[in-house]
Amino acid sequence: MTEIAEPMQAAAPVSASFHTGNAAMKRLRSRYAAERRFKIYGILAISFACIMLVILLFTLLKGGVSAFWQTEMRLEVTLDAAIIDPQGTGNPADWDRGALQTLANNAIYKEFPEVEGRVEKRDLRGLISPVAGVFISKILDKDPSLVGQTVQVWIPTSDGVNQILKGGIDRTLPEAQRPISDKQLAWVDKMEASGHLKTAFNSTFFTSSDSNYPELAGLFGAAIGTLLTMSVTLLVSLPVGVAAAVYLEEFAPKNKLTDLIEVNINNLAAVPSIVFGLLGLAVFLNFFGMPRSAPLVGGLVLGLLVMPTIIIASRAALKGVPPSIREAALGMGASRLQAITHHVLPLAMPGIMTGTIIGMAHAVGETAPLLMIGMNAFVTQAPTSLFDSSSVLPVQIFIWADKPERGFVELTSAAILVLLAFLITMNGAAIWLRKKFERRW
Amino acid sequence: MDTTTLTKNMEAVSTQPVKVCARDVKVFYGAKRALHGVNVDVYQNEVLALIGPSGCGKSTFLRTLNRMNDTIDICRVEGKILLDGEDIYDPKLDVVQLRARVGMVFQKPNPFPKSIYDNITYGPKLHGLATRKDEFDEIVERSLKRAGLWNEVKDRLQEPGTGLSGGQQQRLCIARAVAVSPEVILMDEPCSALDPIATAHIEELIDELRESFTIAIVTHNMQQAARVSQRTAFFHLGDLVEVGNTEEIFTNPRDERTQGYITGRYG
Repeated sequence: MTEIAEPMQAAAPVSASFHTGNAAMKRLRSRYAAERRFKIYGILAISFACIMLVILLFTLLKGGVSAFWQTEMRLEVTLDAAIIDPQGTGNPADWDRGALQTLANNAIYKEFPEVEGRVEKRDLRGLISPVAGVFISKILDKDPSLVGQTVQVWIPTSDGVNQILKGGIDRTLPEAQRPISDKQLAWVDKMEASGHLKTAFNSTFFTSSDSNYPELAGLFGAAIGTLLTMSVTLLVSLPVGVAAAVYLEEFAPKNKLTDLIEVNINNLAAVPSIVFGLLGLAVFLNFFGMPRSAPLVGGLVLGLLVMPTIIIASRAALKGVPPSIREAALGMGASRLQAITHHVLPLAMPGIMTGTIIGMAHAVGETAPLLMIGMNAFVTQAPTSLFDSSSVLPVQIFIWADKPERGFVELTSAAILVLLAFLITMNGAAIWLRKKFERRW
Repeated sequence: MDTTTLTKNMEAVSTQPVKVCARDVKVFYGAKRALHGVNVDVYQNEVLALIGPSGCGKSTFLRTLNRMNDTIDICRVEGKILLDGEDIYDPKLDVVQLRARVGMVFQKPNPFPKSIYDNITYGPKLHGLATRKDEFDEIVERSLKRAGLWNEVKDRLQEPGTGLSGGQQQRLCIARAVAVSPEVILMDEPCSALDPIATAHIEELIDELRESFTIAIVTHNMQQAARVSQRTAFFHLGDLVEVGNTEEIFTNPRDERTQGYITGRYG
C-alpha cells in the first residue's frame, strides 16, 4: 500500500528443460488424462439420470395411457316411464335414479334372450358397469323428453371387461385368475364380433371426481382442489416470503438475532414436510377450528412449507443485485424503500419468481402434510369454495394407489401423468416469465 | 490535528464563499478509525481534488459529505460538516433533501437498467421537480446537453442506458446527477473505469460544470487532479496532510509525505 516497494525476489532457478523435458511432458499427459476422465464421469452421471428418467416415464406411460380410454358397449335401452318416474309427476326431481341401473341391466338381458336363471343373469350384467345408471341419468338430464323411448346408449363396461379388452389383463390366464369367467368371455367375444363394443376417450376421467368404481372415477375434483390449495399457498407464501427476504437482506441489522433467524430459516427448509402437517393439525384445525380436508387449510400448511424456499431464493436474488444500483438510487435521494421498490426488487424479480415456482412445484407434489389435515377424505364432488372438503392430485394418487382393482392401478399411473403435466406447465411458465422479465434489461 | 496546522492548511483562501465546511470529521468503522479529524473547506464553484494512496480515507471523507455512509451499519461519523452553514448531520435534516442538494457520481458508471430518458427523470420525479411531460423533456435535454451527451443520444432516448459505452454511461450518470440541480457534486474516481479519450471528455466536462456547481472529486490520477482542480487535498492514513492551491501542492508541497506521494515514491 504505502510502503516503498521491495525489489522482486527472483524465483528459484530451474534447469532449462524444466518446462519442456520428458518429465514435463508426462505431467502434461496426466493432466489431460485427468480432464478426459472427469468428462467421462460427467457423461456417465448424466446418462444414468437420463436412463432413470426414461424408465420412469416409460413405466408410467405404459401403465397409464390406457386409462385415458374406456371400452363401452352399445345397448338398446328402453327408458321405461314406469320405472324412471313411478309417481308419474313428470318432474325430474321425482325420478327414481336408483332404478336406472335396472334399465341398463334389462337392455343387456335383451341382447342375450337365451340367458336365464338368477346366477347366469348376474354374470351377464357383470359385463357392464355396476354404475351404468349414472350414465343413463346423465343422458336423461340432457334431454328429459327421452322418457318412454328406446335409445341406443354406449354404456361403459365393467372394470374386468374393460381390462380384458384393453389388454390390461391377459385373457389366456386360467379362469380363476381372471376377473371374468369363460362364459362371460364368450359373451364379450360375441358382442365384439357384432360391433357392440368400442373403445372411446375416457372423458369421465377429466370431468368427474373420486368414486369407488374406476369407470366413474376422475381427477376433476382433485385438480380443482389443487388449484384452490395452490392459490392459497401462493397468496400466503409469496408476500410473506418476499417481505421477510427484503427485510432480512436490506433492512435488518446484522447481529446475533438476525443470524439466529437466518439459521432457523435454513433449517426450516429442511424440516420433513409431515411436521408441517402436524403443525397444521394442531394450529389450524384444533386451535382455530378450521374445517378439515379444506383447501384453505391445505394451502396454509403448504404455504408455511414453501415459505423458507421462497425466502432463501429471494434473498439470493436480492443479493445478486449489484450494490451500485442501490448506491445510484440512494445517491439520487431515494429513500431506502424507494431504492428497493423502484430498482432492486424489479431486478431481483426473475430470481424471486424462479424460487417461487420451484417452491410451488414442490408444494403441488406434496402429500404427507395433507394427510395430517384430512385431505385424504373420500370426496366425490369438486370443491366449490375454500372451505369445502376436497382432495388434491398427489393425495388422489395416494388413495388410488391403495385400491386393489386393476382399473385403479392404471388410473394411478394416469393421474401421475396428469400431475407431471401440471409440473411441466408450471416449470415452463417459470422459464417463460423469467425470460419475459429479463428482457427488461 | 491541532489549530496551528489547521491555519497552515487554510492559508490558500479563495475569494468565493465557503460552500462546504468540514471540522474535525472523524469516521469509525466499528472500532476502527478511518478518519482522524479532517478540517477542510470547499469553496463555491471550485473543483477540490482529494488525492492520496489507497485506503487513506479520501473516499470515506467524500461520502460523509452527502451521508452515503449512513447506509453502512457499522459506520459512525463525528465532527461537523456544514453545507451553507447548516449542519448536515443534524437529526432534523432530511437526508433525501440533502442528497438532492449534494449529488454523487460513482467510480463505476451505474446507470439504472432503464431507458436513458428514465435515468434522467428519476431524480426530478423523486423530488417532484416536474410534473408535465414537456417539463421532463426539457430537463432531459438540458441535463444531457450539460453532460455533453445530447448529440450522441438524442435519437435513442428510449434505449437502455446500460447499452451505452463506459464513457457515455458515466456522462449519463453525471447528467442524472445534474438533472436535480444540485449545489454540490461529489465524484468518486469517476474516470477510473474509463479509457483515456472518455477520461479527457469527462475532465473537460468537469471544468464546464464548475461554473454552475461546486465539485469535490476523488482521484487516483495525479495528472487528473492537476488538470481539473483549483485546490487539492492530500490524505494519508486517515489524516488530511495538507490542502492548498493545486499548483502549490504539486510544485511546492509543504509536507514530506505529500512530496513523497506526488513524486511517486509510494502510492
